[in-house]
Amino acid sequence: MIEVIDLHKRFGEHEVLKGVSLGVDAGEVVCLIGPSGSGKSTALRCINGLESYEGGEVRVLGERVDRHSSNIHRLRSRVGMVFQRFNLFPHRSALENVMEGPLYVKREAPDVARRDALALLDKVGLAHKAEAWPAQLSGGQQQRVAIARALAMKPDAMLFDEPTSALDPELVGEVLAVMRALAGEGMTMIVVTHEMGFAREVADRVCFLHGGSIVEQGPAAQLLTAPQQARTQDFLRRVLRPGT
Amino acid sequence: MSGASKFVEHAIEFLPILLQGAFVTVQVTVLSFALSSVIGLVFALMKLSHWRPVALTAGTLVNVIRGLPIIVQLFYIYFVLPDIGVQFSAFQAGVIGLGIAYSAYQAENFRAGIEAVDHGQMEAAQAIGMRMPLIMRRVILPQAFRIALPPYGNTLVMMLKDSSLVSTITVAEMTRAGQLIASSTFQNMTVYTLVALLYLLMSLPLVYGLRRLEARLGARRPR
Repeated sequence: MIEVIDLHKRFGEHEVLKGVSLGVDAGEVVCLIGPSGSGKSTALRCINGLESYEGGEVRVLGERVDRHSSNIHRLRSRVGMVFQRFNLFPHRSALENVMEGPLYVKREAPDVARRDALALLDKVGLAHKAEAWPAQLSGGQQQRVAIARALAMKPDAMLFDEPTSALDPELVGEVLAVMRALAGEGMTMIVVTHEMGFAREVADRVCFLHGGSIVEQGPAAQLLTAPQQARTQDFLRRVLRPGT
Repeated sequence: MSGASKFVEHAIEFLPILLQGAFVTVQVTVLSFALSSVIGLVFALMKLSHWRPVALTAGTLVNVIRGLPIIVQLFYIYFVLPDIGVQFSAFQAGVIGLGIAYSAYQAENFRAGIEAVDHGQMEAAQAIGMRMPLIMRRVILPQAFRIALPPYGNTLVMMLKDSSLVSTITVAEMTRAGQLIASSTFQNMTVYTLVALLYLLMSLPLVYGLRRLEARLGARRPR
């Protein structure tokens, strides 16, 4: 469903991605892990054309992703994206945030869009907050609304860019629970995360990025418990046992 | 006491003419404010364009407009353009001249507002498949407007006062009406005191109203 082939990307002199290749099948959940600056967020952002790239190719549902091509808007509406900092529209209520895409991109009838949006808010446990402004919601609630907003487009896949990194620790669980449920329904997901517990439990596959390349990938249990590469071992040791 | 009663007597005599002028002042202000908003928004969007020639054109135009005295722009439109066959009434020339002159400042208001909107908003909108015009209309501009409201309102107040400049091209707004009365009656003190009071009567409620509007928008949609 999503193919990344030998992806190269540079910011000025700095080469962020040095030939990343990754294939994700329908229904698969893939976690990208790695130290900051390893290129995992950049790779994710290339998949829905928020970043351009210089070499290689990204294909979604068989179509080439190019942020300057005319099909990019349609492709983006097929791939949901959840951001580290939620990025809810602050001038619209939770419900309006979720309805925005269906109403104005898909041009659905207002009553249909409203009904579906309420169902999605209910699904993320926030039906009672439909009329709230984003600023009145906690970080965890905002992120759940953001997930509902992405799901409202009925995407074929979901991309998560460190969805819990900006949250207070006690709010991480509620967001992961929603993501876990989504994975359980068979949603195709690529998740950039530092939550190793979530990766181990939910991911079909984990990819470890370092210095702009995928150093190692494999089934979650195997990569997280018995990594083969020294850099993976080193990273996991530091993440799983901070302070050592 | 006779000074005061004289003032009242003259005031009653002059007020109807001054009020007619005030009505023209309001018309000039509202129309040229609307015009400057439209042109200013176009300039702002052009300046933010990724297409360099467009951004450069807008930047140059804005600088030229900003570099010219408003009176010179008004004279040019009213006295020079007829020579090349473009004729406007004094009122039209005044509105167009003020509108263009102020569009440069409006462009800066809007550009600053648009740039102050968090970049994540753009990405979030793109991520649900929105195209640029829709993103501007639904996501960026509503937030930019709230950010730009204080300088935008300030511009309106400045325009109310600067509308007196169109008196120089014979538009019979309030300042011009005052001048005409003063030069025929020599009641300078009475006339210009009245004119000043009438300007305050219009600008102070405007300032107050704008502050209320800012507070309301801020309270209803907190960040």
